[in-house]
Amino acid sequence: MTTRTLQFRIYRYDPDRDQKPWMQDISVEVDGADRKLLDALVKLKAKDDSIAFRRSCREGVCGSDALNINGRNGLACLTDLASFPDGKPIVLRPLPGLPVIRDLIVDMTQFFKQYHSIKPYLINNDPPPERERLQSPEEREELDGLYECILCACCSTACPSFWWNPDKFVGPAGLLAAYRFIADTRDQATSERLDNLNDPYRLFRCHTIMNCVDVCPKGLNPTKAIGKIKDMMVKRAI
Amino acid sequence: MVNRKIVGAHYGLIDWLAQRITALVMIVFTLVIAIGLLSGAGASFETWRAFMSAGLMRFLTFLFVLALCWHAWVGVRDIWMDYVQPAGIKLTLHVLTLLALIGYAGWAVQIIWRL
Repeated sequence: MTTRTLQFRIYRYDPDRDQKPWMQDISVEVDGADRKLLDALVKLKAKDDSIAFRRSCREGVCGSDALNINGRNGLACLTDLASFPDGKPIVLRPLPGLPVIRDLIVDMTQFFKQYHSIKPYLINNDPPPERERLQSPEEREELDGLYECILCACCSTACPSFWWNPDKFVGPAGLLAAYRFIADTRDQATSERLDNLNDPYRLFRCHTIMNCVDVCPKGLNPTKAIGKIKDMMVKRAI
Repeated sequence: MVNRKIVGAHYGLIDWLAQRITALVMIVFTLVIAIGLLSGAGASFETWRAFMSAGLMRFLTFLFVLALCWHAWVGVRDIWMDYVQPAGIKLTLHVLTLLALIGYAGWAVQIIWRL
């Protein structure tokens, strides 16, 4: 089995020990069985167990191993090792814009606060029917590209508007989720949801630079969802 | 006072829409000016003056100035909202921007009426 040595430069910061963050140069040998960046990270962890990072499902579903990989946000478990050229170190940093807890682990409190602020659940005050609330296939189709979000925060932490105003701007992930419920025909709080977002900060800090679309590891399009929210607001107002 | 985050200003859509509509107005005016220049309106001071003092051009120029100021108001305020955090400085910058733009609009109107 062919082996390959990968060079890494990893952001290290332990607030209990370090005065300030530093970059660690470290290498690891991978073989053909190691296909994704996460495989290499697990090997790195075996070599130096002080490196801290989050990971869980290792197949792009849980969204916990989001990192800044060579300057670009992505999931370690979905990033092919084959995509890295030989001879250049792979630079790993925590997601930008969020407080670092340790090494590659960030504090996502602000991110989830914004997510909760859009009430990410179905609001329907009618008594539940005996079996289920029905939708036509077309109505269900509108939710495609919205419900798949895994809340990894790659998009929101790639967004400069979220960097500058994380406490006020909902961010691409939150707005995608907001549109997922605005678009849901079973939801009865559409108008309240639009009211909640008609704010120069909460929605309109989005300047459509599409960093979110560029980095989304699930191939979703928050910018399109944001555009649809604006569309609905205009239609409601005129 | 406890520092609570308050959101829900109930405006934002109008500004966003106005920014797009005023951009369209400015594009139309720019095209009219370009067509005027291509058809020789800029040949001399007299031809330029005749071009700009026609009733329709005065109407369009006034609309352009209003559109420009409104557009600049939304855009410049966006910059203050993005990059300036302290509320006091932000409010001051908003007011100064607004005053400057109102002043410029008044000045432009005087110039148009002098034609």
